[in-house]
Amino acid sequence: MSALSPAELKPLFPILQQDVNGHPLVYLDSAATSQKPRQVIEAVQRYYERDNANVHRGVHTLGTRATDAYEGAREKVARFINARSASEIVFTRGATTSINTVAASYARAVCKPGDEIVISPIEHHANLIPWQQAAKATGATLKHLPMNDDGSFDLAGAAATITPNTKMVAVTHLSNVLGAVTPVEEIIALAHKHGAKVLLDGAQSAPHLKIDVQKLDCDFFAFSGHKMCGPTGIGALYGKRELLEAMEPVEFGGEMIDYVDLFDATWKEIPWRFEAGTPIIAGAVGLGAAIDFLTEVGMENIEAHDRQLAAYAWERLSAMDGVSVYGPASGRTSLVTFNLEDVHPHDVATVLDAEGVAVRAGHHCCQPLMRWLKVSATARASFYLYNDESDVDRLIASLQRAKEYFGHAIG
Amino acid sequence: MQLDDLYRRVIMDHYKTPRNQGELAEGTVGVELSNPTCGDRITLQLRIEDGVVREAKFKGEGCSISMASASMMTDAVKGKTLEQAIGLAERFSGLMKGEAVEFEEYEDIEALSGVNKFPARIKCATLAWNALRKGVESQP
Repeated sequence: MSALSPAELKPLFPILQQDVNGHPLVYLDSAATSQKPRQVIEAVQRYYERDNANVHRGVHTLGTRATDAYEGAREKVARFINARSASEIVFTRGATTSINTVAASYARAVCKPGDEIVISPIEHHANLIPWQQAAKATGATLKHLPMNDDGSFDLAGAAATITPNTKMVAVTHLSNVLGAVTPVEEIIALAHKHGAKVLLDGAQSAPHLKIDVQKLDCDFFAFSGHKMCGPTGIGALYGKRELLEAMEPVEFGGEMIDYVDLFDATWKEIPWRFEAGTPIIAGAVGLGAAIDFLTEVGMENIEAHDRQLAAYAWERLSAMDGVSVYGPASGRTSLVTFNLEDVHPHDVATVLDAEGVAVRAGHHCCQPLMRWLKVSATARASFYLYNDESDVDRLIASLQRAKEYFGHAIG
Repeated sequence: MQLDDLYRRVIMDHYKTPRNQGELAEGTVGVELSNPTCGDRITLQLRIEDGVVREAKFKGEGCSISMASASMMTDAVKGKTLEQAIGLAERFSGLMKGEAVEFEEYEDIEALSGVNKFPARIKCATLAWNALRKGVESQP
């Protein structure tokens, strides 16, 4: 496939071939979870029908096949984000578990009273609460990067916030509310100048941007499979080899051990020492299939498509009377967050749903950001490779009807 | 899916002009409750004397369904004994399950029966009623 064509891609997603409430489904909630193409669904089914066995133990044929499939998926993840080796990829349940692992292991080991952990006020709860807890446990100070009024990062302010006491900087790579790409190169350079390590929350960026962890030079990168066409319950943590090697496991049990005595034990090498218990084998296989699919379409194509679609939606929504749109106008991709004047976003979402248009309404697991925007909640339309301009047009048309409906109802 | 089942005129009327909105000078019982999945929030104040709810007021932010429900609930609960108040909350649960429940002199509440066809919105409608239960149950 050379160029991305949503017309060719939509039919590959079985779930999109249905009517919802009597209208063809327009799915605009991919930032919450993406839909899955047939080849991912079939890869998981094929694994269970043909290869299912536990990994790293059986000497029988199925055990070998399952192990090969699982470790093969790890290789795919490593190539997908350009890690130096598969040993830098830890399989987790998703971005949340990945971030918790770094906060509970790395941050708790290196931080002491007087040190600083720096995040931003636009983080979703997954990249906020683990750091609140790490700060409380270690006596480190939690600091927030200053933001400009439009929700873009204030880099001059960041230079003052990150200090020689900063041990850890954890920021979103792409905001799930504002849709803005973080200037991570600048933030990483600032952090490294002071010897701090940087975790990028890639929950939203990995599906939409071509990720190169070596070029970014981030120390950790966390992401989920389910937002990038893979199954739920699988994700990954990338960590630079020397950092992962210095980290203690967070969970203990089978699979992660080397030698076990009655009173003590030693750990396997990385990445396995962070994968206690029977891992999410079918999930990893599904994630591998999702990566094959995304690679086939081309991450550059996806990136261009999602940027273009977000720009189109931004333009159409901004042009509508009585609609407020949030976040910076430039440097955005994949989603647009908005509110219809005088109508609560839940009510907006219900009217859209009645016409088969699925959007998210609520605080998007970003309560501090909602307070910062001075709203209690917003509606959000988020796009992916299977969406096209006609989906945005359906959103606008339904929103227009929502406006009329509540105009009369509240009037 | 008929939107008019959900957004009945009487609901929009309560949303537009909520009854009993504000704060009690001497609220004896205050309950703050939020719906953590969507951020809706309500603060309910009840003045309870001799086992009777004398006054009820609420403040909050939320969608039309949650705010209309709070407006109706505060109207209905005034003058009720604690037992009667819990009884009202029970009947409201029934309404949300699709049971044919009547609210006699507070028939406005019956307009919320359409919510049971919109499962995603039931939590919006029950927020104020859960605050009521919590407030009443906090009484010795």
